[in-house]
Order: sequence, then structure tokens, then C-alpha cells
Amino acid sequence: MAASYLIRIGAEPVYTLGDFASSLRNCPLASIFYHTFQSLEAHHYTAFSSDFAQWALAACNEAALAEQLAIVDLRDIVSLEDLRDILADIVRDYLKEHPQATDRRAFEAFYFCEAREVTVASGSPAWTLPELAEGIRHLGHQSLHYHFINSRLRLQLKTNDFSFWIEHSLHQPKLAARLNRIDFYNDTLDDLRQDVLAILGSQVSR
Amino acid sequence: MSTAEISKTMSATEVAKPVLPVLQDYAAIVGEPEILELRELARRLAGRRVKMVNSTAVGGGVAEILNRLVPLMEEVKVPTRWEVITGGEKFFHVTKAFHNALHGASYDGVPDWFETFLATNEENRRRMEFDEDFVVIHDPQPVALIAERPSGPQRWVWRCHIDLSNPNAHVWDFLRPWVDRYDASLFSSPQFTRGLRIPQYLFYPTIDPLADKNRELEPEFVRSVFEQFQIDPARPILTQISRFDRLKDPVGVIRAYRLVKRYEDCQLVLAGGSATDDPEGAAVLAEVEEAAAGDPDIHILNLPPWSHVEINALQRGSTIVIQKSLREGFGLTVSEALWKKKPVVASAVGGIPSQVIHKLTGMLVHSVEGTAYQIRFLLANPALARTLGENGYQHVKEHFLLTQNLRRYLVLFLILLQGD
Repeated sequence: MAASYLIRIGAEPVYTLGDFASSLRNCPLASIFYHTFQSLEAHHYTAFSSDFAQWALAACNEAALAEQLAIVDLRDIVSLEDLRDILADIVRDYLKEHPQATDRRAFEAFYFCEAREVTVASGSPAWTLPELAEGIRHLGHQSLHYHFINSRLRLQLKTNDFSFWIEHSLHQPKLAARLNRIDFYNDTLDDLRQDVLAILGSQVSR
Repeated sequence: MSTAEISKTMSATEVAKPVLPVLQDYAAIVGEPEILELRELARRLAGRRVKMVNSTAVGGGVAEILNRLVPLMEEVKVPTRWEVITGGEKFFHVTKAFHNALHGASYDGVPDWFETFLATNEENRRRMEFDEDFVVIHDPQPVALIAERPSGPQRWVWRCHIDLSNPNAHVWDFLRPWVDRYDASLFSSPQFTRGLRIPQYLFYPTIDPLADKNRELEPEFVRSVFEQFQIDPARPILTQISRFDRLKDPVGVIRAYRLVKRYEDCQLVLAGGSATDDPEGAAVLAEVEEAAAGDPDIHILNLPPWSHVEINALQRGSTIVIQKSLREGFGLTVSEALWKKKPVVASAVGGIPSQVIHKLTGMLVHSVEGTAYQIRFLLANPALARTLGENGYQHVKEHFLLTQNLRRYLVLFLILLQGD
């Protein structure tokens, strides 16, 4: 499947951490997903991979809050509602301890965004591991993102499309788990592709 | 060298006009999978037609993007017609005032100006035919073409290339009712949006890595261009490429250069031209020439619009590229410099912070003095300058290349067909 995304920008920006805390409780779940999971590919150069953390650091100059928002391990999360609650609680608790930060105006506004996804069928279906590896070699960046990262939204955040298929269609749960352990926080999509292919390659050559 | 002399020299430059690249040529840069997926997306739009409308065919970032994008849309069989509105001197004087006002400058127009704006839009609307499936209107100049849009499934999109974060209320209140009639709007940065009721999408502008302005050049050619303009390649060269426009602050760049010059024996190149829709260009050029008078190390190059390969060479041969704009739409010259792995010192305005991540892909600045300070810092730390350039190249490759623009348009049209 080839996937593409367009980013829709929310109408109402927030300028303070106080407003950010409220919006975090009320924004669409698609925005929570976009600024945490989907932003992973956009932050090779910045200190944090979460948009929320990056804004807290760069626009609000609240480094401790940024760190707390960034260290939430997305792979421990099983629902976006849970993730929303965790993030919103972090901001609420931080503002309780640092009330002076609540209404201080940020250097730049935060815009809640969400991704619109378009998928088209492409390539040949895979029936074996070598065919899967060949397909992954020919996936564009956004499609790789769709199968490995965005899939977590569809699959209730627990795994990725490749691991899911390997476990349920090829009945190789150990291999599926190895793929799912890849650290997608710190990889570029090209690195991610190489990591996936290396694991699949080692299995095929056995 | 005078402007006339430069124009003469440039016309005499023998640069073979290359054949336009085809989509497959980009596979070497973005990878074969990206190209295959673009073709697949386009197949889903088979039979749909597009019209793009803007206000100038040459000069400025919009025309450059359309020059490269439209042929690729055609190639993937999404027939695209690009039309340019026409208007008299008064119309472009009014739209220039609108442009500045939307960027936050004061506005002292008279009611007659709004009438001129609407009358010219109406004349163009009557002249053009709008029977395509998608109509994309670029920037405010042709925004009122949507008057009396035909009923039916046709989709109208407003592509705003400028920073609307702090517009003059009088001008924006006049334009907004037109914008609200569109089906979707496209902005270069979330910070540029105005909380519209219609969907607002993020559309980064992009550069073409295979265009004359960005393609690889032989080092001998780069040297020959510097020789032609009598610029000494042995001393540091600071360059700003932009049209002669007050919002690009060319006089501020000269002031920054003079601060650097107290410590470093450097040269300054200010190279650009004027877009056909910018009547202020000549006046600004005169101000710049006056500010630079008497300094042989300041090279002011008013280049004709076909000087892409020379601009490419000037960027490649520069030590540091500057973009000290006071306001920006997106500032694509920054991406052009980053693509050439150049260290960039640029103002934190408009879309520039999307391209320059401070201390990671370049240096962001907020004043003349700050510009000079960061230039001196990079001249003293060439290893860091190289790292910034390498990071910048990768950043552009991931976000700001033409193939991504093509993809965004194809996805937008599919989303509009589905109904957002």
C-alpha cells in the first residue's frame, strides 16, 4: 500500500501553556497522534521527537516540561485517550508547580494539526519474507511511515503492519517482536528501512 | 560594473538551455520508490484537469515553482493549464501595497484602489475560462476570480504564499470574504494562517534540484562567474540573493557587512532582479547603490530573469549565504543555499525558521548586529559552518524538493474529491 499525507492546520493557535493544557484535553485524537507518533520523522535535528516537547522547549523555554513530555514512551501506550491523559496530566502538574508559566506568552504559537491520509494499492502482494523484504525496498518514505508508525493507530498502538502480518500470517512471533523492538524514535526513515531489512535478511538467510 | 554592463554581459553568456527534466530524472535524488508512488497517485486522478493562476510569469518564487511543477503534472497525465492575470500599472501598484500591508506594513490606499483591484480581477475572469476540475489561485492578486464561480463539482483552492500572521486589518477585511468562498486554502507555515473556516493545509514551497538554479555545476564554471563579476574568490564572500525589495532589507545587509568588515577582509554580493509585478524594484536598487557607494568590495548585481545558472554559481562559490529579510513568505533562496550545503545566516521571519533550525541547519538572527555577529562566528568556526551546511542539505532533501510539492498537490486533489 502506498500512503501519502497532507497536514491540516487547526484554526485556533494557542499562545500560552495554560491554553495549551486546555487544548490538549479537547483537541481531536488525530492531533495527539500527529504531534507524537507522526512527528517522529520530522525531527532528526531537534532535541526532542515530540512536537509538544519541542514547542515547550523552543517556544516556551520550559526545558523540564519539555523533557517530561518527550520521555513518554509511545510504545507503552495502548490508546490515544490514555496518551492524551498522560500528556495533559504532565502539563497540569507542571503548571501547578510553576504557576508563573501558565500565562506567559510563548515566542511562537502552537498550532494543533492533523494528517489527512490517502492510500493507493501499489506493488505486488507479499506471501513470503523475501517478497515482504522486496516490497519494503520499494516503499516510499510516507508509505514506510504508514506501515511502521501510523499502523499503530489502526492496530491500537501495539505493533506495526509488518510485525502483525509476520505473527498472524507466517506464525513467527519472535521475528515479529524483533521488528517491533526497532527504535523508531531516533531513526530516519531510511535508517528504519535498513534496520527492518537487516532483521528480515538475517532471518531469510538462516 | 553598471547594471547595463551586467545585462549585456549576461546576454552574451553562452548557456545552453537544457531540456526540462522528466520525473524519472528525480529518482537519482529522491529514490525510485518515491517516483513510482507519485505515478500511482496520479493514476487515481486520471482524466481530471487543473488550472493554476498567478500574477507573474517570471521573477519571484511562485513563477519558478509553477515553471517546474506544471510540466511534471502534465507528465503524470494530470493536464494542468497555467495562466497569468494581466493588469495595468495601477493594478500592480495596488497589489504591491496589498502585499506590503498583508505583511504588516501600514496601508494608505484610497477606496478607489479596491475598485481597481476588483475591476481588474473581473476583466481577467471574463477573459479566462474555468472548466477544469480544480482551480488553484496563487496569492491575493487574483483572489477575486472566484466571483460567480459555477455551481457543480469544481473545486477552488487558494494558495497563499505570503505571511498573513499580522496583516493590516483594512486590507485583510476586504480580501477575506473572497477567501472564504474557496474550498480549501494552502499555507507555507502554520504561523501564516488566519483561522479560516475553510480547511487550511500545510504546503511547503519547494525548489527544483535539477533546475539551472540548483543543479550541480563544474567548479571551473563557478570560478568563471566570479571572474566575470570581478569578485575575488580568495577572500570570504558573503552573499544575499533576492530581488531588490525593502522587505529583503538589502541596506541592512550592507550595514551588517560593514560590521563584519571591521574584523574580516570580506566581500559582499547582493544579487537579484525585479519581478514584473513589483514596481518598487528600481527605487530600492537606487537606494542600495547609494548605500554601497565607494566600496569596491560590495558587488550589486541586478541580473536579468534568466540568470539562474549564474545565481547558482554565486551561491555555490559563497562562503556564507545571508537572507536578512524583514518579512518573508517562505524565503526559498534559503533552501537553495542549504541544498548547496552552504552555511546560512537568516532572519527568523516568515517561513525561514521552517528551513533554518537555529544552530542545527543554520543561524537565525533578529537584527543587523545579530547578523554580523553570527557571520563572524561562522567565519571563525569553519568546521561548524560545514556541519550546518550538511544538515541543511539533508533537511531540504526531506521536506523542500519539487517532487514533494507534486505529491502534496496530487494528495490534495484526491482529498478534495473525497470531500474533506
